[in-house]
Amino acid sequence: MGPLTIVFARCLQAIPTVFGIVVVTFLLTRALPGDPAAYFAGASATAESIAEIRAKLGLDQSLPVQFWTYLKDLSSGDLGQSISTGQPVAAELLRRLPASLELTLTALLLSVAIAIPLGVLAAVRQDSWIDQLCRLVVTAGVSLPTFFTGLLLIYVLYFLLGLAPAPLGRLDLLHVTPPQVTGFLVLDALIAREWATAWSAARQLALPSITLALFTLAPLARMTRAAMLQALASEYLRTARAAGLSRGRVLMVYAFRNALLPIVTTLGMVFSFSLGANVLVEKVFAWPGIGSYALEALVVSDYAAVQGFVLSMAVLFVLVNLAIDIVYTLIDPRMRIEG
Amino acid sequence: MIQPLHNPPLLAVRDLCVEFATRRGPVTAVRAVSLQVAKGETLGVVGESGSGKSVTSYAVMRILDRAGRIVSGAIEFGGINLNGADEPTMSDLRGREISMIFQNPRAALNPIRPVGKQIEDVLIRHAQATHDQARAKAIAALEHVRIRHAAQRYHAYPFELSGGMCQRVVIAIALACRPQLLIADEPTTGLDVTTQRAVMELVRDLTRSDGMSTLLITHDLGLAGEYCDRIVVMEQGQVVEQQDTRALFTTPAHPYTQRLIRSTPHAARTIRDLLPEDLRLPQPPAASPAGTGTPLLEVRNLVKVFDPPGGLLQRLKSRGKSAAGTFRAVDGISFGITRGESVGLVGESGCGKSTTSAMIMRLLDATSGSILFKGQELTAVPAGEFARSPLRRELQMVFQDPHESLNPRATAAQAIADPLLRLDGMSGAAQIRARVERLAAQVGLPLDLLDRLPHQLSGGQKARVGIARAIATHPELLILDEPTAALDVSVQAVVLNLLSDLRAEFGMSYLFVSHDLEVVRLMCKRVIVMRAGRMVEEGLTEQVLSAPEADYTKELLAAIPRPAHLLHRVSHTKVARA
Repeated sequence: MGPLTIVFARCLQAIPTVFGIVVVTFLLTRALPGDPAAYFAGASATAESIAEIRAKLGLDQSLPVQFWTYLKDLSSGDLGQSISTGQPVAAELLRRLPASLELTLTALLLSVAIAIPLGVLAAVRQDSWIDQLCRLVVTAGVSLPTFFTGLLLIYVLYFLLGLAPAPLGRLDLLHVTPPQVTGFLVLDALIAREWATAWSAARQLALPSITLALFTLAPLARMTRAAMLQALASEYLRTARAAGLSRGRVLMVYAFRNALLPIVTTLGMVFSFSLGANVLVEKVFAWPGIGSYALEALVVSDYAAVQGFVLSMAVLFVLVNLAIDIVYTLIDPRMRIEG
Repeated sequence: MIQPLHNPPLLAVRDLCVEFATRRGPVTAVRAVSLQVAKGETLGVVGESGSGKSVTSYAVMRILDRAGRIVSGAIEFGGINLNGADEPTMSDLRGREISMIFQNPRAALNPIRPVGKQIEDVLIRHAQATHDQARAKAIAALEHVRIRHAAQRYHAYPFELSGGMCQRVVIAIALACRPQLLIADEPTTGLDVTTQRAVMELVRDLTRSDGMSTLLITHDLGLAGEYCDRIVVMEQGQVVEQQDTRALFTTPAHPYTQRLIRSTPHAARTIRDLLPEDLRLPQPPAASPAGTGTPLLEVRNLVKVFDPPGGLLQRLKSRGKSAAGTFRAVDGISFGITRGESVGLVGESGCGKSTTSAMIMRLLDATSGSILFKGQELTAVPAGEFARSPLRRELQMVFQDPHESLNPRATAAQAIADPLLRLDGMSGAAQIRARVERLAAQVGLPLDLLDRLPHQLSGGQKARVGIARAIATHPELLILDEPTAALDVSVQAVVLNLLSDLRAEFGMSYLFVSHDLEVVRLMCKRVIVMRAGRMVEEGLTEQVLSAPEADYTKELLAAIPRPAHLLHRVSHTKVARA
């Protein structure tokens, strides 16, 4: 079976998962306590007006009928209206998603760029100073909560040293948001050739992404070190050494490519995890992402918004895992024999 | 024959000492080992596990792992002192002048790189090919090791090839640059005898045609005897004897060599011959005359079909077509075992012998056919429920790997007590302990070892625990699935004798599953030869092995490495006895 067929088959396998998520989010919001119609109607509503709103929202229908309506709305991209802002949920999520993605992806790039070389070196030079450093970074990354590292960085780099800008969102007030192309401010500013804006956006991005990177670095570095150690102790590595292959080739082509499999798996987990877990980072740095949006919605029981958030997170999760699966299939020929 | 003494040796190891750093301080693995390999010579290094034979070869290649260190000694190869050479020099020599092939060939290849690419890596590294010609040369190297359709195999990954095929690829990598010395570290352990023969003949032909020297490291004295000019015997890190092959078999000087030769089943006439004379006990009288004729187990037309691998999609695709994708692991076999009889089931890997024993043990459901045990139909009970059947305690099994088949967190006593608790419903700690101690005594396990965990026991001791556990419920039928395949020959000799004595004592019947015809010859009165799920031949062991009818049995017998000297020794001793 060719790799393309497998990629296609994996994509097909994602469809039932997505459908399952839709069902669960639908049932979950119906199972939540409280009457959305009463919320919509407000505190001074009469029984008639509540009933009227209920009919308007379709809540007086049976569950299957409601589900069908929900599916129809979903297929046209309608996630409902947020009560607190009065805006369509889909539009708001779409507006805020790029901010979260920009933060998460930058943090992930940063942590991959540090964690993988660190883990590889720690494994190759076991028990050297770099191995000790790796151990220290991993322990620190696991034990320090993100809001703490975030606040610490703000205190030191902004308050004490004044190196970083104020932690107030994606762009300071002096600059105008560049025209949207990718939704990532730094990239958009670069595309628009507004160098000063790009620099300012990058400075705003630095602290929150470092905070998040410190958190995601730990599992990645640890897995890289462990996977490399395992590959280095393997029998095929001994064959490669006995054949006189150069050290670089032995390490990169024979050890690292094999170690890549568990690293990619961890990367996928870390990515899906940090998408949701950056709620706190977004809060600390007043970052207008979907995490802080969901947090605010949850506080005021804005069910449509929460439901939209859960659904979009779950779909992202599936997409990330799908991507990891496909990458895995491309790296490891053994995965291709399964259906 | 080559006269090694007239040539300067290609490889000369003098007083080599290797230490390993462990948590309990340094451990000497190799002490003052000296050996020489002449140009074009094949030297065998024979020893049991822990003898330091592999460590010696790793030291020559200078690929000891981090904990290992050459303490003293000289390793001279073609005039270069390898012990003093720096890493760049060594890495130039490795693969170009000295190459190595390994045990477990599938694991020795990079699992995610096409085999052709792995050969290319070596060719390019040692400037034997440019990037443009590398592919053609790699394919030529595959053809050189007699791989058919080499151009297609170039793209194959190790998991797509059989074990023997993988070993050919490893050999192709090792010989790609025409080295002067090939070190073969247990190159055929774990391969079937016919594959072993093909691999060894390939190595012999290729090294001979290029005038290469070979260092063959093996635990199998028979293998070394057939393929080596000279043999070095090692024990506990030391060389105890080195002689020309013929002289070693005819006049072994060292007691350890004598014991090793005696433990090798090829030469023995009875199972007692395997043991040193001082350990030979008189054969116990049989509790019941063997093979009284009452059938204990009757297998009729047993079939096991495995579904094709793959998910729902594949199954839907193949629906409606003939059952081409299904695999008939066991394809209609019938045989019987009478009370007190020992029947051997031999065949190469994938022939269905393990599937057959798993079905009799009711670990697997049969697709069709019947298994009558003491007149009762076993297939009537689904495999999942057989654990609760009263018949379960009558059938027990001893597994291939004595280590893997014991719970690592249970002591020897707990392992032996397990069937007593579960199947016999025994209770009372003191009673169980007494029973466990009696069983331990029966299998010759010292009582002070009963509270140890598996990793604190040696291979032979773990095998005894496995046997004690199996006989705890006084089963009538014991299925032995390669019970000594993972053991050293001297330990195997003791375990085989123990099994044979236990059978005589308790009147058990054995189904002895093995790939080793020599062991079956000593252990079983009747033998069944299987191939591709079918029975090829069945009959009295003596008859089948001395005058085989099926071509496949002949092929199997011919593939067993049997040095002429060893046979000579047997006839010699026979004469002496007469």
